[in-house]
Amino acid sequence: MFRHALSAIQNIGHRVIEGMWRLGHASRFFILVLLKSGTSLRRFGLVIRELYFTGVLSLIIIVVSGLFVGMVLGLQGYETLQKYGSESAVGTLVALSLVRELGPVVAALLFASRAGSAITAEIGLMKATEQLAAMGMMAVDPVSRVVAPRFWSGVISMPLLAAIFSVMGVYGGYLVTVVFIGVDEGTYWSQMQSAVDFRFDILNGFIKSCFFGVAVTAIAVFEGYDAPPTAEGVSGATTRTVVSSSLVILGLDFILTAFMFRGVS
Amino acid sequence: MQRTTMDLWVGLFVMAGIAALMVLSLKVGNLNVYNPSQSYILTGNFENIGGLKVRAPVKSAGVVVGRVTDIQFSTQTYDAIVTMSMDSRFIFPKDTFASILTSGLLGEQYIGLAAGGDEDMLTDGDKIMKTNSAMVLEELIGRFLFDKAAEE
Repeated sequence: MFRHALSAIQNIGHRVIEGMWRLGHASRFFILVLLKSGTSLRRFGLVIRELYFTGVLSLIIIVVSGLFVGMVLGLQGYETLQKYGSESAVGTLVALSLVRELGPVVAALLFASRAGSAITAEIGLMKATEQLAAMGMMAVDPVSRVVAPRFWSGVISMPLLAAIFSVMGVYGGYLVTVVFIGVDEGTYWSQMQSAVDFRFDILNGFIKSCFFGVAVTAIAVFEGYDAPPTAEGVSGATTRTVVSSSLVILGLDFILTAFMFRGVS
Repeated sequence: MQRTTMDLWVGLFVMAGIAALMVLSLKVGNLNVYNPSQSYILTGNFENIGGLKVRAPVKSAGVVVGRVTDIQFSTQTYDAIVTMSMDSRFIFPKDTFASILTSGLLGEQYIGLAAGGDEDMLTDGDKIMKTNSAMVLEELIGRFLFDKAAEE
């Protein structure tokens, strides 16, 4: 009995130490990527190539989901607000919820599953097929040649994708409420413009999406680089990327919101 | 894929992202209407500000001419000191009347300015002397009941 309890406590301790060790390893890798980013700045073509894969190819899912999220927000918001006779506030509801929360967060979740998993799988497979080791043999540093351009492409494309998501959502809401339901067009825009503040809402949402971009791509490149060089290892790393970056996005979002919007309103 | 095609797509993507940011700031956030870099500060003491909040609009004739930037409580006069940042395109006479109004029946509260007839104009740091408090529902009902009782 006593021995069972002891081994359970040992197990917890082991897991905590393992987790801490891994966190430290990830932080050191993150700093290493930042230090070796010089090559991606000098040869910006490498980043542009990765921007195509992370940014341009994520565009369709971002545009379509932004449009539909905005349409649903408009529909549901209208249904609820018209009970109180204030359906004119539907523009405010759609814009504020998109710009402050849904735009950055949902775009980052989609980005993690669309681009983050691809980055992890690609780097993990390069490691499993010993391409990274071969690069090292040819005196090409794999971190500055493979990892850093992917990291920076994610950091650049995330805020742009979040902005596109929010704009598509606002126009999706416009489509449903103004074109289909018949809310006055002037009311939709003017209520929105009087409620949305550039610094408090739009800039804060932009800063959020920058944080999410760094977090998601840092996790993705680390998991890929750290993946065991087997088929199972790569698949496990890809899963871990999606799960842990989604959790980090949601946790980070709460912390950032608490800092940004506390005391306002 | 051809290198130039890829460059083209990335260029389009970045331009679309920047355009989206522009749309957000100009169309959704209405950045151009109120530019805080060209502004002057006015203060006013109010007996009761009701539900007025920081960032509430300051309107004259229904047009937004400024925003509330700060609300403090004064222990000397036991009233609220409201600081407003006004758009410098709009200047008001010294005897301008400031009152706290409500948009709609239950809407947000704002400061309404009614211009007076003085020759001198309010400048940066000035204090609006004529103020009118917010309408508090309980006081209103109380007064109504009192009047009813007095009638009988």
